[in-house]
Amino acid sequence: MWAAPSRWGWLNLLTPKGLFAHDTYNKLFTMHGIIMVFFFLVPSIPATLGNFLVPPMVGARDLAFPRINLLSWYIYIVGGIFAITAIVRGGVDTGWTFYAPFSSTYSNTHVILAAIGVFVSGFSSILTGLNFIVTVHKMRAPGMTWSRLPLFVWAHYATSLIQVLGTPVIAITIVLLGMERVLHAGIFDPALGGDPILFQHLFWFYSHPAVYIMILPGMGVISEIVACFSRKSIFGYGFVAFSSVAIAVLGFLVWGHHLFVAGQSMYASMVFSFISFLVAVPSAIKVFNWTATMYRGSVSYDTPMLYAFGFIGLFTIGGLTGLFLATMAVDVHVTDTYFVIAHFHYVMVGGMVMAYLGGVHFWFPKITGRLYPEGWAKFAALVVFVGFNLTFFPQFVLGYLGMPRRYAAYADEFQILNVMSTAGASILGVGYLIPMIYLAWAWRYGPKSPQNPWGAKGLEWEQSPTPPPTFNFDVPPVMNEPAYNYSGEEKEVEIGR
Amino acid sequence: MADSEVTALEHAPGLKHHFDDTEQQLESSTLGMWVFLLTEIMFFGGMFGGYTVYRNLYPDAFASSSRYMNIPIGAFNTAVLICSSLTMALAVRAAQLGNKKVLIWFLVFTLILGCVFLGLKVVEYHEKWVDHHIPGPGFRYEDARYFHQAQILFFLYFAMTGMHAMHMVVGAGLLTTLIIMAARNRFSAAWYTPVEMIGLYWHFVDIVWIFLFPLLYLIGRTK
Repeated sequence: MWAAPSRWGWLNLLTPKGLFAHDTYNKLFTMHGIIMVFFFLVPSIPATLGNFLVPPMVGARDLAFPRINLLSWYIYIVGGIFAITAIVRGGVDTGWTFYAPFSSTYSNTHVILAAIGVFVSGFSSILTGLNFIVTVHKMRAPGMTWSRLPLFVWAHYATSLIQVLGTPVIAITIVLLGMERVLHAGIFDPALGGDPILFQHLFWFYSHPAVYIMILPGMGVISEIVACFSRKSIFGYGFVAFSSVAIAVLGFLVWGHHLFVAGQSMYASMVFSFISFLVAVPSAIKVFNWTATMYRGSVSYDTPMLYAFGFIGLFTIGGLTGLFLATMAVDVHVTDTYFVIAHFHYVMVGGMVMAYLGGVHFWFPKITGRLYPEGWAKFAALVVFVGFNLTFFPQFVLGYLGMPRRYAAYADEFQILNVMSTAGASILGVGYLIPMIYLAWAWRYGPKSPQNPWGAKGLEWEQSPTPPPTFNFDVPPVMNEPAYNYSGEEKEVEIGR
Repeated sequence: MADSEVTALEHAPGLKHHFDDTEQQLESSTLGMWVFLLTEIMFFGGMFGGYTVYRNLYPDAFASSSRYMNIPIGAFNTAVLICSSLTMALAVRAAQLGNKKVLIWFLVFTLILGCVFLGLKVVEYHEKWVDHHIPGPGFRYEDARYFHQAQILFFLYFAMTGMHAMHMVVGAGLLTTLIIMAARNRFSAAWYTPVEMIGLYWHFVDIVWIFLFPLLYLIGRTK
């Protein structure tokens, strides 16, 4: 739903001069960014699928701190109320990045309200991460060793590390920004002796790792889906598991690639550029291992698998174009152009949202105890794929040709590509609407699901009833085989405690 | 860890139903608290990072303005906080031994010391107010060369000690809760997890001050 402002934005870009007033356009893309980044992408998979599935996957009756889990939901709502109030009362025009000194000194929109919203919702994210870390460490069932954890859980563990280590930094950054704005005392504003680059460093110290908060859970979902629908144990389990942790660790060391043109030291930029390239290694390990898992597997083409295919293809494009941006010389050419927008959306929408939809379809029978209409679901997956590519592929071209982002108007020669993009966004919108309708319908009226409709492995499918009772298991679960034991290795009879 | 004889333990004090046993629950709480403290380190870390940057950018201005810090009060407050850490540790020990009376006394001592710290902080803030050293439109600075730069030091001073003081206020509230809980016989030698967790929090807040005091008050004054 909150992707909608972007669609009005694309509508705006139908004609070179734009349909909306320019400051309205600024507020629209800011609203789109704040809501989608802080209130959708960051919590999406961890707060929904993660909260539901991490406990049964590790064989626990609940997360370690159920009340803190509920608290994180309330905090999220409070944060959301602040953000929405900011929007209703006239919006914010700083972009989701809140760059100082524009946000702290010059913007006359509701920056403080939106910033409080982001600040508050951050604690919801922290508490979720804290809960997952403790649950994975302390609540595992007998036999559920670290090397038998589902990769979904590994991915969430890595995500939680970033949430716990990164989010407090954006919190304090926002506090400092708010103090500067309220007190009119310099800390970031150069006119007052402050350093605006410091704001960018602090902001991206969280906000770059945050994109891994957004994508890692999606990678976890894809690992589960690919193994299940290829009927094979995941290829290179240890590599896939540790690549999640590697992404989390390396992700903290690359934020400077957002500052290549901001006046950062060239030598710092070279180091950041190099480490940014390194992140491609664990990401590529995942992609190669998923494809290797499919190789000679008995692949079936159910809806979750279609989304997984979409994810692998689109994430690869998104990831490879990320290397263009990590290259200092190329980045100077494409900084602040639609190339960056296209890259980011290939990873976040083509990757993360695809994984989210795949995961929702995969675990829908588990969560609701009902089946969704497969035909409609496959159709919607195709519509999403087509709509997505039509929306964002032209933006690579636009960006390369030099169309800057965040502009409400553009040169005449860009119109054809912009019209394609707007058309694609409409198709994509329909593609998202269809699942909303049939999933809502199936929740109520869908046929009852059997215990394990996909024949999937994992404690949540095999030992927890569908849908699960309050404490997830009727009988205390025991893990007595390797993870993803689709090849049917013999189960252990006796478990060492 | 998982035992099917969960039912036998269900009446263990303070045990929540989704844990197998008290040991697992205590380990979870402890790990959770440490992870939380980790987030606190990162939270303060942002400000320490900013402090490092500006001290390197403006060493002369910082040397000039750190002379306005009240060292006697700062030093006395440091001693107060170290003592409060001791009384907190003794409170945890008393809880471990199940000695309710001693536990309550040490919690009260800790609370009093915390309030002494906050009271002296108010005195210091008031001093800054009188001297127009609060960043913002009313800011005045004796050495005109350093007007903006000194303001940044005071900005950081208020942000860092203010955040620290807020943590102290929260800690005081938590201590009050503990005192009430202890008075109502909620703790025993078998279950006193909240005392231990809030003890960790209190020590953490102490340690932050141990870093703040030299950084803001002591170093670089004579440059």
